[in-house]
Amino acid sequence: MQKKFRIKTFPAGGVHVDECKFSAQRPIESLPLPGVVTTPVLQHFGAAATPIVKAGDRVKTGQVIAQANGFLSVNIHATIAGTVARIDEAMDVSGYKRPVIVINADGEDWVEGVDLSRTLKRKVELSSVEIIKKVQQDGLVGLGGAGFPVHVKLSPVAGKRADVLLINGAECEPYLTCDHRLMVEKGPEILVGVVILMKALNVSRAVIGIEWNKQDAIAHLSALASDFDGIDVVALKACYPQGAEKQLIEALIGKQVPIGGLPIDAGCVVQNIATAFAVYESIQKNKPLVERIVTVAGEDLKKPSNFRVRLGTSMAALIEAAGGLPESTGKIISGGPMMGKALNMLDIPVIKTTSGILVMPQERSKRDPVVNCIRCARCVKHCPLGLEPYLLMNLAEKERFEDAENEVVMNCCECGTCAYVCPAKRPLLDYIRLAKTFITQRRKEKAVK
Amino acid sequence: MSHGKLIVSLSPHVSSPDHVRRIMLDVVLALLPAALWSVYLFGFQAVRVIFVSVAACVICEYCIQRFLLKVPSSVDDGAAVVTGLLLAFNLPSNIPNWMIVVGGFVAIAIAKMTFGGIGNNPFNPALVGRVFMLISFPVAMTSWPVPLANRGQMIDAVTAATPLSIAKEGLKNGIASDQLMASLPNYWDLLIGQRGGCLGEVSVLLLSLGGLYLLYRKVIQLEIPLAVISSVFIFSGILWMVNPQTNMSPLFHILTGGIFLGAIFMATDMVTSPMTPAGMIIFGIAIGILTVVIRVFGAYPEGMSFAILIMNAFVPLIDRFTKPQKYGKLKHG
Repeated sequence: MQKKFRIKTFPAGGVHVDECKFSAQRPIESLPLPGVVTTPVLQHFGAAATPIVKAGDRVKTGQVIAQANGFLSVNIHATIAGTVARIDEAMDVSGYKRPVIVINADGEDWVEGVDLSRTLKRKVELSSVEIIKKVQQDGLVGLGGAGFPVHVKLSPVAGKRADVLLINGAECEPYLTCDHRLMVEKGPEILVGVVILMKALNVSRAVIGIEWNKQDAIAHLSALASDFDGIDVVALKACYPQGAEKQLIEALIGKQVPIGGLPIDAGCVVQNIATAFAVYESIQKNKPLVERIVTVAGEDLKKPSNFRVRLGTSMAALIEAAGGLPESTGKIISGGPMMGKALNMLDIPVIKTTSGILVMPQERSKRDPVVNCIRCARCVKHCPLGLEPYLLMNLAEKERFEDAENEVVMNCCECGTCAYVCPAKRPLLDYIRLAKTFITQRRKEKAVK
Repeated sequence: MSHGKLIVSLSPHVSSPDHVRRIMLDVVLALLPAALWSVYLFGFQAVRVIFVSVAACVICEYCIQRFLLKVPSSVDDGAAVVTGLLLAFNLPSNIPNWMIVVGGFVAIAIAKMTFGGIGNNPFNPALVGRVFMLISFPVAMTSWPVPLANRGQMIDAVTAATPLSIAKEGLKNGIASDQLMASLPNYWDLLIGQRGGCLGEVSVLLLSLGGLYLLYRKVIQLEIPLAVISSVFIFSGILWMVNPQTNMSPLFHILTGGIFLGAIFMATDMVTSPMTPAGMIIFGIAIGILTVVIRVFGAYPEGMSFAILIMNAFVPLIDRFTKPQKYGKLKHG
């Protein structure tokens, strides 16, 4: 008998987006080792790491090549053994030039002490403080997309306490299947990772939320979880943006994060499935973050896949391995179709936060022509944060940023639901971003004065 | 490896298959059963009124955009077709062509295009056109051909008063409501639409069918139609309970006149209705009360059009006071 699940969801807004999970049944494949890796020194939210190698240095796989620069920063490692070719600048997904360390690879020579075996190690030996220190050294950041350093979320904040750890396995972005495959293939490791995170946070309860469109993962993890104390698996309705932090928290524990606050203000800490797996590898196997799972998908792609990739590998290599760039390609996106970034070139390195590469055909690449707002109220109805996107766009167009701020535009998580549902195809989110950028800028200026 | 022609734009990179034209097409489809019924009841005259009205609205919008504003025309979005259809639905079947053209012109040129076209009009264009005609051509707008009796007739149709005006006259002359009911169509006939009236308003059943389709397609939400109909029912019911002899029954009130047409197709017009469920309920209840007040105490037998137009004016105010609950302000910590 299959266990019956009560399907939970967040109370307001959201929309079901066509899932297009083409690669859901494709097992994770290891991509052949790259000849060159380009490693940006900033792959996380916070301060860039400081390079500690120079051109000509020999490096081993897993060796630190850039050191964390302060608390809100993590180490960056050589993801392959070889020689440092140069310290240079290269384009990132946003189209800006960023400092990178380029390594010419010559093999798989790991640093001492890394356990590369597949044996599951359940017993957690490190203490809470040691775990927090170790994950920063091993370069761990949230692998869901924002890249927030793991140790920062785990470090206690004065006067605030987490009661529960939430694990995000929603993967609500269409096309992406990397977390799904990881849950199906690395269930025990993920659960040990969750236990480690619980120990670091000193909480006795963890909840793993997974969208109902991944029933195999739900069944698998909940069967395994019965072996662990305090870990629950909860089924979530397939509704975008179920995996957005605020929505996930409300769906799982029924609390809201106050405006301008953090999840800790709602008594919880949220980590992604892939992060839990990386935590397992770091703490139990002494393996720093040098690789991740990346989904490569698209309507016309020959072989939609989930690849285990060394960080710093060129995205072009991933597309090549997935059957090459189709003739029809109009747009290439790093991430999912709702929040991902469109690329203007292919030779961009995979970084810690790269969850997917989408190849969109020409006919789906261009935006539809914009017409007048017909006040259909769909943006208001579907906004998961209770905002009025049509109003925010009007205010931004008229440069009434102060009024937009009073309408809590800063609480917008840029999930894109408003622009998705708009029948007049209005660029709602573009204008909301404009208002947010302007307000952030002005707040900075005020802080300086 | 670089690719010369990659398109770069901000997220989201996908958008829902729904668009404005699809919404307008849905409204036209939803109006179709009632339109066919009007052809069954009033024959060729109904086809004529619908055709002239739609043509007047579409041509008017096209000409204003192409020759006056000199911008690309947007008539292909179908909004003018919907306005034309709704205007026709609100007219008696023997109305002369030139009057329809005047109504269509007022609806499109004055009520819609002067405000900046689709999306910017504060008042429902079709209703502005209808009310303009009602005030300008009171006789032509209130002579109702008898259904089925003269379907072949081009002119000199046999006319009769609508159930609502018979009731209004009768009550004014001191006839008790139960006596009046004996001479009026029964509730079943009112439900399926065996009665005189405007082209499209007569069949409550078929209008509801269209309403269900719009609900299914998520073009309208249940709040406005439900609030309008139940508010008419409740407030006419209160009056009826106070004095059943001098007031018509609530069932009679909701089944006659344009309650269903107005509640399902006119009050729900996206452009001129509130944005949030709470606002929609306030809007709907107010329309219901105003309609009953006009019907019972006013000079006109029917008050639906006026009630909707009056409430259209309050929409910005309603929107201001019924904002959605913002995330993070309610419960936390």
